[in-house]
Amino acid sequence: MIKMQNVKKTYPNGVQALNGIDLQIDPGEFVYLVGQSGAGKSTFTKLIFREETATSGEIYVSGKDLTKMKRRDVPYLRREIGVVYQDFKLLPKMTIYENVAFALEVVEETPRNMRKRVMEVLDQVGLKNKARFIPDELSGGEQQRVAIARAIANYPKLLIADEPTGNLDPDTSWEIMKILEEINASGTTIIMATHSKEIVNTIKRRVIAIEDGLIVRDQHRGDYGYEA
Amino acid sequence: MKLRTLKRHFREGFKNSWRNSWMTIASIGAVTTTLILVATFLVLLLNINHIADSLENDVEIKVLVDLTATEEEREAIGEELESMSIIETVVFSSREQELENLKSSLGEDGDVFGIFDDQENPLDDAYIVKLTDPQQTVPVAEEIATIPKVSEVNYGEDFVQDLFNFNNYARNIGLVLIIALVFTAIFLISNTIKITIFARRKEIEIMKLVGATNWFIRWPFFVEGLLLGILGSVIPIAALVTGYYYLDQNIETVNQFDFITLLPFSPFVWQVSGLILLIGAVIGIWGSVMSVRKFLKV
Repeated sequence: MIKMQNVKKTYPNGVQALNGIDLQIDPGEFVYLVGQSGAGKSTFTKLIFREETATSGEIYVSGKDLTKMKRRDVPYLRREIGVVYQDFKLLPKMTIYENVAFALEVVEETPRNMRKRVMEVLDQVGLKNKARFIPDELSGGEQQRVAIARAIANYPKLLIADEPTGNLDPDTSWEIMKILEEINASGTTIIMATHSKEIVNTIKRRVIAIEDGLIVRDQHRGDYGYEA
Repeated sequence: MKLRTLKRHFREGFKNSWRNSWMTIASIGAVTTTLILVATFLVLLLNINHIADSLENDVEIKVLVDLTATEEEREAIGEELESMSIIETVVFSSREQELENLKSSLGEDGDVFGIFDDQENPLDDAYIVKLTDPQQTVPVAEEIATIPKVSEVNYGEDFVQDLFNFNNYARNIGLVLIIALVFTAIFLISNTIKITIFARRKEIEIMKLVGATNWFIRWPFFVEGLLLGILGSVIPIAALVTGYYYLDQNIETVNQFDFITLLPFSPFVWQVSGLILLIGAVIGIWGSVMSVRKFLKV
């Protein structure tokens, strides 16, 4: 699914975010990305999503060579990748339905398929009955579920979640994790950057720890490994 | 692109202009002001050009043949003139004809020349020359003057030169002003729309995240710009049509000179209206699409 070889990233201001990353993530895996703030987690996810380009090294995402990818091909890569952020990134003036439909409008889906798919993914995250609400009328956990519904609407093979539970209380966090696990069980690869020791230590999955731009630990069914 | 998507872009474009109606009015105002000025300049320039053109085409060079020239020498001058590629027509006018022309041009007063018979005719044989490019009158006249047995070359030097100079200045200054105005309007519009985009920044960011192509994002702005441009050209076109109609109807009562004629109302006004609409659309689209550019780099 993802393959990186000696990937380095230096920002124009001189900050060295990644200093040589080698790794492979297979289809269907669930990977936690741990490490302190500023260790390079966000840069790592941005490279996969091609929000940033690597300074050197090779990156392959679902068979595509990202270092050689042209700007105009980037949108098609992103349609294969779902993203979920800590701050949800929902549009406040649109209803829940419209927020999710947005992702399908962009790929020029037919209205009939759009309606069907939007209700399907809303059902999957348990928010079918709140389709007509606007984001402000929902709790944080519900808003994050809408963001997940939007991220999976296009049947992505890969879902990147950047601290999806960062703004949520523990109970709500578990709900989100349950949904992510279901999505993973249906075959979608998930990469989740997190600071939550409880989640990583409870739901045991592959753990990749990044420090100072390098992978310092890559463990199957690993622990969080940091003092929270 | 599918038709449905195109409809969506139009709907979004209209919705956005409606939602930011004050910004829309401000942008339309900028386009309107610019186009009124552009239309005024166009009407002025094209008419000056028209007058200058008709005057230019009237410019002839009269080549006088020296009295001492033999018949062969006279014909040689004619051949020489014919061989010059810049010369369109050469008409020979004998001294007798010249005298007749002079007499008739003076009307009754011309009778005073009746005292000259053929022997005493003080005029010279002449060639009347028209050029393919009247702008070249001065250098060509100088060249003709060097032909042997040419006694004089007349073309109303000062007047012709002044006319050409004025016409060229007016053309260049007008063009520079129009271009400057158009770019000012584009700048104004792109800045106005940029303010509205600021509010839509999040929307654009999310569109990029879910894999929208740049053109998918740009289209509604394209539509919005087109709308601004077209709405902005309504008042200038109305003003142009009524203004020019009024001018066209009343010019004869004040016009003292036959050679000053305005371009006829139709099709001139419709051509300029079309051009104004086109410039308006370009200003609107350019300004609008330019303002999204910065936000597409994610």
